[in-house]
Amino acid sequence: MILRLATQSLLARALTVSMTVLAIALSVALYLGVEKLRTSARASFADTIAGTDLIVGARSGSVQLLLYSVFRIGNATNNVTWESYRDIAARPEVDWIVPISLGDSHRQFRVMGTTPAFFEHYKYRGGRSLDIGDGHGLDDLYDAVIGADVAATLDYTVGDPIVVSHGLASFTSHDDQPFRVAGIIAKTGTPIDRTVIVSLEAIEAIHVDWQGGAKSGQTTPVEVIRDMDLEPAAITAALVGVQSRLQIFGLQRWINQYPEEPLLAILPGVALQELWQIVGVAETALIGVSAMVVVTALVGMMAMIFASLNERRREMAIWRAMGARPSTILALLVIEAMLMAAVGAALGLGLLYIGLIVGQPWVDAAFGIWLPIEPPTLRDLWVLGIVIGAAALASLLPAIRAYRLSLADGMMVRI
Amino acid sequence: MTDPALALTDVTFAWPGQSGFSLSCPAFYMAKGESVLLLGASGSGKSTLLSLICGIATATAGQINVGGTDLGTLGAGARDRFRAEHIGVIFQQFNLLPYARVIDNILLPLRFAPKRKSRTTHPVAEADRLCTSLGLPEGVLKAQAGRLSVGQQQRVAVARALIGAPPLIVADEPTSALDAATQDSFLRLLFEQTGQAGSSLLMVSHDERLGRRFDRVLQLEDLVTTQRTAA
Repeated sequence: MILRLATQSLLARALTVSMTVLAIALSVALYLGVEKLRTSARASFADTIAGTDLIVGARSGSVQLLLYSVFRIGNATNNVTWESYRDIAARPEVDWIVPISLGDSHRQFRVMGTTPAFFEHYKYRGGRSLDIGDGHGLDDLYDAVIGADVAATLDYTVGDPIVVSHGLASFTSHDDQPFRVAGIIAKTGTPIDRTVIVSLEAIEAIHVDWQGGAKSGQTTPVEVIRDMDLEPAAITAALVGVQSRLQIFGLQRWINQYPEEPLLAILPGVALQELWQIVGVAETALIGVSAMVVVTALVGMMAMIFASLNERRREMAIWRAMGARPSTILALLVIEAMLMAAVGAALGLGLLYIGLIVGQPWVDAAFGIWLPIEPPTLRDLWVLGIVIGAAALASLLPAIRAYRLSLADGMMVRI
Repeated sequence: MTDPALALTDVTFAWPGQSGFSLSCPAFYMAKGESVLLLGASGSGKSTLLSLICGIATATAGQINVGGTDLGTLGAGARDRFRAEHIGVIFQQFNLLPYARVIDNILLPLRFAPKRKSRTTHPVAEADRLCTSLGLPEGVLKAQAGRLSVGQQQRVAVARALIGAPPLIVADEPTSALDAATQDSFLRLLFEQTGQAGSSLLMVSHDERLGRRFDRVLQLEDLVTTQRTAA
């Protein structure tokens, strides 16, 4: 009965109550939304590269190697010689190995030389393969496969010519050997979207006439280049898959102790974790801010209850006259607050799902973050429970005041 | 049947903390089933007296006996429970929770009075009977209390006070918000139902014209002395 009367009392003050509930709902939706975005961003981040057991590069830091080999951020300090690559490839533990050669660019996008095996072994988001939705893979020497962002930004379609620039942000271009867009990879939400992929041989081919970082005077005709042996002297990094996961650490140790050249092999998952610890500071700030918004909404509710106390003194006197103890009045106010918070929390959860349904395709397209629509996690439910509990706590202050007032007023209030 | 409905002996009271106001009542007695009208202007201590009788305030000294129970021997929680079980209260106005339905208002005291509730075999039917007897329109039980006219609200308050037939009805100027014509019918119905329930009726008012229906009419100033000292 008290619960029903509390509900009716709230309904009678529909306007102020609904504003309070709305504030709680919005704050809860914001908090859950940020939480969702955070976990999804972390998952998307961790999903940038999957299925690769080791990344091998010249010796530097593991985060640095991860940054330039996977995220195309920064540059390699050194290359890996083709001999070292061959030595690693010859190890019995190695199941597959894909070389990567970086260094050139097209407009603002990095160009990556690799082998067709890259498309076979590069996996993201829990084992998904790259999908060349439009066109085909690297068949010809001058074929280029481009990421979805490259195609969208530069408005490229299959068959368009591409001229690769030497180095990054450079004024010299390899205009003597233009490429052709052979395929466009469907959106992945990984740095692949912003990459122009060509064959490893093509990287050699466009540098045939280059010596010591500068273009020599002569131009070798394309027909001649096609007949040349285009085995590279060095690569930037290599992705390695092992026969058995048990061999990862053995192979890693072997590579790290490789006597001919200082090399570094990293586990992508571990390096991603390391990198996230750097990037992840922002997530703590974000979650902190949205928690404060929830607190603000609850303080707003507290103020609203305080403000209503005076006009409800008569009501409390009636309760007292009917035999209600002051503690019943305290309970009544706390129940009302919890009802408001519960409705607010439920509404907030609803808003979250509406937001997810509406925003999911957009967030995926714009940021490459996949927001899975799933039933609320245990953690989400905990958050809702905590909000309701916090509302009860917040309402204690005005409720205690009401308790005192009703003790002092008794059943005689003059209005 | 020897216990009085209400007996005050050598009661003195001063509001705790609040400086200035104190009240004393040497003797007041009400027999079972008796109806008494206390006449007094506002400020004559009637609110304090009613608070004492209802067990909301506790006497500094003396005895307040309601239906054989000395309120001074009860703790705060027990007094609240005692009030719910034994006393029906009617205010001047704003008696009801305006947002709640009439039926919820009428049954509210039973929520705090298990004995009174168990005495009432069919609470809803009883509430319906009271409302009909008090001349309230049919279907009023489901109406929202705040939507009724003042006169109707006062009658609902009577039904609430009488449900479960508590031995004592305390009414604080219940007619002052009503016009003369409604006052009369209100009183008639109040007496009818109080008589049927066998309850004693203690009413406080400043209107001496109401007196003729009561067994006894007392001047409040003869009964209690109040003192007000400047703070």
